[in-house]
Amino acid sequence: MTPELGQLALILAMLLALAQSILPLVGAWRGNRALMAVARPAAAGQAVFVAMAFAILAWAFLRFDFSVQYVADNSNLALPWYYRFAAVWGAHEGSLLLWILILNVWTVALAAFSQKLPEVFASRVIAVMGLIAVGFLAFIIFTSNPFGRLLPMPGDGADLNPVLQDPGMTMHPPMLYMGYVGFSVAFAFSVAALLGGELEQAWVRWARPWTNLAWAFLTCGIVAGSWWAYAELGWGGWWFWDPVENASFMPWLVGVALIHAQAVTEKRGSLRAWTILLSIFAFSLSLLGTFLVRSGVLTSVHAFASDPRRGVFILAFLTIVVGGSLLLYALRAPKVLGGKPFQVVSRETALLISNLMFAVAAAMVLLGTLFPLIGDALNLGRISVGPPYFGFLFPLLMLPVVLLLPFGPFLRWGKGDMPVLKQLLLRAGIAAAACAIVAAFLVDSQPKAIAGMAALVWLVVGVLLYALKRWREMPRGRRYPAEMAGMLLAHLGVGIFVAGVLLSESLSVTRDVRMAPGEAQRIGSYDFRFDGVHHTTGPNWTADQGTVTVTRSDKTIAVMHPQKRTYPRGQVQTESAVDAGVTRDLYVALGEPMDANDIEGAWALRLYYKPFVRWIWAGGLLMMLGGLVCATDKRFRLKRSAGAETGTHAADGPLAQEARA
Amino acid sequence: MPMNPTRKRRLTIVLAILAAAAVAAVLVVLALQNNMNYLLTPSQVQSGEAAGYKTFRLGGMVKAGSIQRSGDSLKVTFTVVDAGGAMPVEYTGILPDLFRDNQSVIATGHMDGARFVATEVLAKHDETYMPKELKDAMAKAHEGKQIKEAGNGESGMENR
Repeated sequence: MTPELGQLALILAMLLALAQSILPLVGAWRGNRALMAVARPAAAGQAVFVAMAFAILAWAFLRFDFSVQYVADNSNLALPWYYRFAAVWGAHEGSLLLWILILNVWTVALAAFSQKLPEVFASRVIAVMGLIAVGFLAFIIFTSNPFGRLLPMPGDGADLNPVLQDPGMTMHPPMLYMGYVGFSVAFAFSVAALLGGELEQAWVRWARPWTNLAWAFLTCGIVAGSWWAYAELGWGGWWFWDPVENASFMPWLVGVALIHAQAVTEKRGSLRAWTILLSIFAFSLSLLGTFLVRSGVLTSVHAFASDPRRGVFILAFLTIVVGGSLLLYALRAPKVLGGKPFQVVSRETALLISNLMFAVAAAMVLLGTLFPLIGDALNLGRISVGPPYFGFLFPLLMLPVVLLLPFGPFLRWGKGDMPVLKQLLLRAGIAAAACAIVAAFLVDSQPKAIAGMAALVWLVVGVLLYALKRWREMPRGRRYPAEMAGMLLAHLGVGIFVAGVLLSESLSVTRDVRMAPGEAQRIGSYDFRFDGVHHTTGPNWTADQGTVTVTRSDKTIAVMHPQKRTYPRGQVQTESAVDAGVTRDLYVALGEPMDANDIEGAWALRLYYKPFVRWIWAGGLLMMLGGLVCATDKRFRLKRSAGAETGTHAADGPLAQEARA
Repeated sequence: MPMNPTRKRRLTIVLAILAAAAVAAVLVVLALQNNMNYLLTPSQVQSGEAAGYKTFRLGGMVKAGSIQRSGDSLKVTFTVVDAGGAMPVEYTGILPDLFRDNQSVIATGHMDGARFVATEVLAKHDETYMPKELKDAMAKAHEGKQIKEAGNGESGMENR
């Protein structure tokens, strides 16, 4: 009975979502306050019913209700409770339910914190969020019902895909979705602004922390996914330019551009139309990401089995959202233009350049990812674009960003002065060059590694010089407001990340070897000794577990236990063993036994030495932290009723001080 | 025409966008040309469609019982089949977890005489999943020829 209640809750939620979107839009159009006032209660009601549906599905998983098809497909009696809970979003139907739940979390937060926005604007924003909810709820109800019954009820279920049975993977989808869906807030803001034909700087200021927060979650989701791919897939790589990875990376890139464009619009009023366009694109790419992952139109390592009807539905939804919002943009954007002029050497220009680079990078990734579809449509044959395409173009596009990054904060709004920049160029440049020369001796003249050291020093020295300048020139307490601190942290993160990428890519050693028990391999200064494989069991798997002892000049560094697990339905899953360190990771994965009948004999092993690989995720986490810290800035909270504050006043308030800083 | 600041700024922006777009377009075309990988099935390769591609991707099913491991190195040979063709493949390294008989795989590599030397072999994470392009390719190869024998590829696809 309960699963049917879940289904019913979803239908009620959809009806409320319809009320939440249509009535306030009509109210805002006709100036009817009673209709506008429907927005918040309807949003709250929708959230209650969606949460109820989610809880019912989770409950079905926890108490092994295999009469529900989705539960029977994705869990079994042996699966531990935490993976049963994570299995709620382990496949298509449940992950959409998670999507809509997260959308409701964002909507309720928005409804709660938007009391000080003008009523017309706030009700439009909530209504747009409601429209998105209608689309996704219809998708769930009509094509992907998670509560479908399976009768007669089987005695035991199938299994959660073994690659998903990992702590990193349980975190990955919720974080990613928090990011994807979080961009809907900026999107709803832009659409509401276009509908109303005006965009006040105060509103953009109010929208900024939401975008930062969404972007931080997306960063966290991508980092978790990358870490999972590294630890779980047994290839030791951290990024593969796979379509599904690209799907999450495109909104991230546009999100970076959006965060910076919003800063310009909020402080100077410039680039309004561009900011609106970016927020439309960020959310559209989030939807496209969902579409790519869920429809199976592209060949990907991560793709899931799928139903073509679903692809068509998402495609139609995507067309309506992208087409509709771009049409609205074309009709209304000229109305919201404005802002202060700026000169060629100014902070605006620097931000604009970085914006363009990120937008072009997102377009480049989009083209490479969708090219197989284009090729198919043009009858070019079945083509895919290899990782070298991305590997060549992406660093090229990011090079100007990395070079310009330290200058950005030093530039003033409107008009920058050259001497400061020259001084910075000299100091950070000399430091970077000096370190590169020193590095050249340490890393056997590997150009990539040298570039990595130089980039690290260039970025970090640039950021620190600016932090020092603030320290010297600003009075105590005003030196590092949250917004500033967040920016410094995120920019430091870029430095750490770039260094991690270049150093680990160039200095890594990978070796696939055949090893008999007792044999050893030397990689760098580490000796890997293979001590054989024995059988072991876990809660819901059995495994061949190897023992590899790593020594360095006769001192034991680590004893590692890579596994080859077999799950109940015969799925095989490699569990690599990683010995983590700040300057290097040691990594061992089991291949296959050379003789399938003799697991105690020789095995194929994959051994890695990965210097500085951890810096990649550390950099990503710093960026995330930067986004979070930035979002907490007090300046972003509405103090007065925003209706009383006009755009020009807003720009002359705390912003002008910022500009003088 | 007088250049007021707004107009000047817009012109700068437009020029910057144009320049960036031009450079990006040239580079993208260049990079695409060098990195396009075609997916072919064994029967397409045997009918000569692979001529002209140095590197391409071979897609199909692993023929049951064809996997042979060398005793003293990591070299593996196996046969990839589709409805109308078969292609011996050689690979040195560690195969993915889901690699097994009757599994759909995509191997990247080049032809060396009559055999395909793979540098990378992918099998899918989700065991019920078959890449759409592979399904299409195999369906297309199917159309062209009468099915002479119900290959192993077919039995592998049936349980979907």
